[in-house]
Amino acid sequence: MYGLGILKGLSVTWKRFWDTYIDDISWAMSGRKRYHTEEGIRHRSSKNTKGIFTVQYPEEQLIVPEEFRFIPFLVYEEQADGKKEPRCTACGICSKACPPQCIWIVRSSDSVTGKPVSTPAEFYIDMDICMNCGFCAEYCPFDAIKMDHDFDIASQGRNVYNLEKLLKPASYYAEVRPLNYNQEEEARKAKEAAKAARAAGTAAAPTA
Amino acid sequence: MATAIEPQTVDLTARFPGKVTADSRPGYTGFLVNKENLVEVAAALHNEFGFDLLTSLTGVDYIAENKMEVVYNAYKTTGGAGLIFKVQVERVDPIEVPSLTHIWHGLEYQEREAWDLFGIKFTGHPDLRRILMWEGFEGYPLRKDWKEAFYEEEIKPYKSRWPEGKHILAEEKNVFHDNLNLPKGFDPEKYIVDKEEDLYASLERHTLKDEEGRMRTDHVVVNLGPHHPSTHGVLRVAVTLNGETVMGLKPVMGYLHRNHEKIGERNTYVQTIPYTDRLDYFNSMSNNFGYVTTVEKMMNIPVAERAEYIRVIMAELSRIQNHLIFVGMLINDLGSMYTPSLYAFEERELILDIFEAVSGSRMMCNYFRFGGVVRDVPDDMLQKIKDLVFDRLPAKVDEMERFLSENEILVGRLKGTHVLSAEDAINYSVTGPVLRASGVPYDLRRADPYSIYDRFDFDVAVRHNGDMMDNYLIRFDEIRQSLRILEQAVKQIPQGPINSQKPNYQVKVPAGEAYGRIEAPKGELGFYIVSNGKANPYRYHVRAPSFVNLTAVEKMCIGTKIQDFVALLAMLDIVMGELDR
Repeated sequence: MYGLGILKGLSVTWKRFWDTYIDDISWAMSGRKRYHTEEGIRHRSSKNTKGIFTVQYPEEQLIVPEEFRFIPFLVYEEQADGKKEPRCTACGICSKACPPQCIWIVRSSDSVTGKPVSTPAEFYIDMDICMNCGFCAEYCPFDAIKMDHDFDIASQGRNVYNLEKLLKPASYYAEVRPLNYNQEEEARKAKEAAKAARAAGTAAAPTA
Repeated sequence: MATAIEPQTVDLTARFPGKVTADSRPGYTGFLVNKENLVEVAAALHNEFGFDLLTSLTGVDYIAENKMEVVYNAYKTTGGAGLIFKVQVERVDPIEVPSLTHIWHGLEYQEREAWDLFGIKFTGHPDLRRILMWEGFEGYPLRKDWKEAFYEEEIKPYKSRWPEGKHILAEEKNVFHDNLNLPKGFDPEKYIVDKEEDLYASLERHTLKDEEGRMRTDHVVVNLGPHHPSTHGVLRVAVTLNGETVMGLKPVMGYLHRNHEKIGERNTYVQTIPYTDRLDYFNSMSNNFGYVTTVEKMMNIPVAERAEYIRVIMAELSRIQNHLIFVGMLINDLGSMYTPSLYAFEERELILDIFEAVSGSRMMCNYFRFGGVVRDVPDDMLQKIKDLVFDRLPAKVDEMERFLSENEILVGRLKGTHVLSAEDAINYSVTGPVLRASGVPYDLRRADPYSIYDRFDFDVAVRHNGDMMDNYLIRFDEIRQSLRILEQAVKQIPQGPINSQKPNYQVKVPAGEAYGRIEAPKGELGFYIVSNGKANPYRYHVRAPSFVNLTAVEKMCIGTKIQDFVALLAMLDIVMGELDR
């Protein structure tokens, strides 16, 4: 019969239409909130989602996974006296690996001898050119540059970030990427332990 | 495993003594054909040796040897290794090479591209105009002595970035300092763009003339686009119409052209990986796949076993979401706005969530590295992939089919329109689902297996009518086959390292050439790379399926109705990031 295909298709939309309400009601009956809660958002992007799946940005925001990457930042260690000590050694690997070449680094030099010192004097990232590829974070040998999670950075001018704007504490890094942070800390501790053991070995050697 | 250099299947030197020589440069394969004998050799390859599918044509500018080279990659639709042959000519303008469009019609746009970007004149080409650059553009951008605006250095990394990287904004530089060429006697005051006439003149050759001279009706030229919502980006199509019937049609492209290939030649090998994401931006995983397999072929390195599985899983998930979007967008273009496409988007979102969790980005994945992938798939994500593959997606694909496939209006619009025969499809170098819908079971995953596709049990989806309905249905067939591959892959995936190499931002690629190709969701995605042993590729060419598939659009449209053309564009599944490059 002509029109049967259309009716069949409409039955799908009809079912979809009710799915949202059924889902809403069953959530309400069990006293959970389907909207504006983390649980609700996770449900809407799980394999069991039915009916409406949209997330009402900006009132609701998708929960980004740990590996989510958006514009880099520089990690600094908080010293006891409140001084910021950047992990960056101005080795320049990030600026060499950067595909659109948006990282600009001025290496510090000793004020007396003029020899290069392994800290950055100036550090710029042109965020309008950055393509969020994550190579800088991937290839940094000192875990000094990492990709951020903060994506609401709309502005009216150019976004050229300098050292001051790029630096974020290691605690922030541990907060946004806990798994990566712990992994790196463990690797660092293991390396230091190995180094200490080696040093102890060489120190013990002459006396033996 | 990286594939070794394929042996030549045909000995052309014996068949054409004195006319063809084997390419003996280290790292190169194939044959060098004399320019005078090119047409003869090509005709023999097509008619005698059965190389019916010429997939890729590109130029290479060997400026040091003062040579310009044209590289052809010919394949058989029955499968197997291909044949690469080249023509070398003196690098003195006018550089002339005979056109082969009368043998392989699919070369039409690719020859125009080589003319546009290299200035190689193909004598006998029916419509040799610029294709990606605008009419009136001066110079040939892919020649080695051409420099782009904001040119800094030949190769990256730029020396100005470190250790004295005082930041300057790009717009503060003087663009027109030393890399601007103007034609002799150019006066901007008097300049009028007159090349538009060429475009409309090129439409003439399809005009059907009334032989008896009765009822002469005027034809109307209509420009669809570039800002037309149904052209999937900025594509302009000039159409001559007789009433509603298309009499002639010419696509005008290049609005999104960014000289991707030149950027690729400035980049180091690793730096190009995120740029390939931006080709076909729906399928960055597939683009990565094609590029890294080509470079791995040149480097001759193995791929970690687990990474091979991850690659296949990601590429097939990418194919599924691409085809779902295809269906949604096709229906959108037919006038049924939003409902089907949003149903498709829902499943796509779930797949993109997986991409985001493993790679860090939903669309610009940048996930593949030479020798493997960048990071492992966590167990919870593998579980989510399993949930989708075994539970959700099969049911949702069925639902989508129930929703649409029998709809009388849809069937009425699609059935019997824009039929492309198998012979034409091959001759116009059409690849991917469009080729298979016209009855040619040619799928690179079977015909020329790469990665680990030879381990999986799946069928090559094929339909036989070549009309729009078959093109629509074959996407569902392909999704089901992809799901079959995924079911096997997620079961078989082993534990182990995810990269056979140490992470390094610079890789060593031995001198030579390679043409690597994969079955991207839209067709054959090929990369032709020439290395001279340095940190940057000497030549980097992308054979984009959207671009080459569009060659057949004229053939398919002449004599059909204009309203079906919008549906045809959706059906060819073009994406501008890849088409304009």
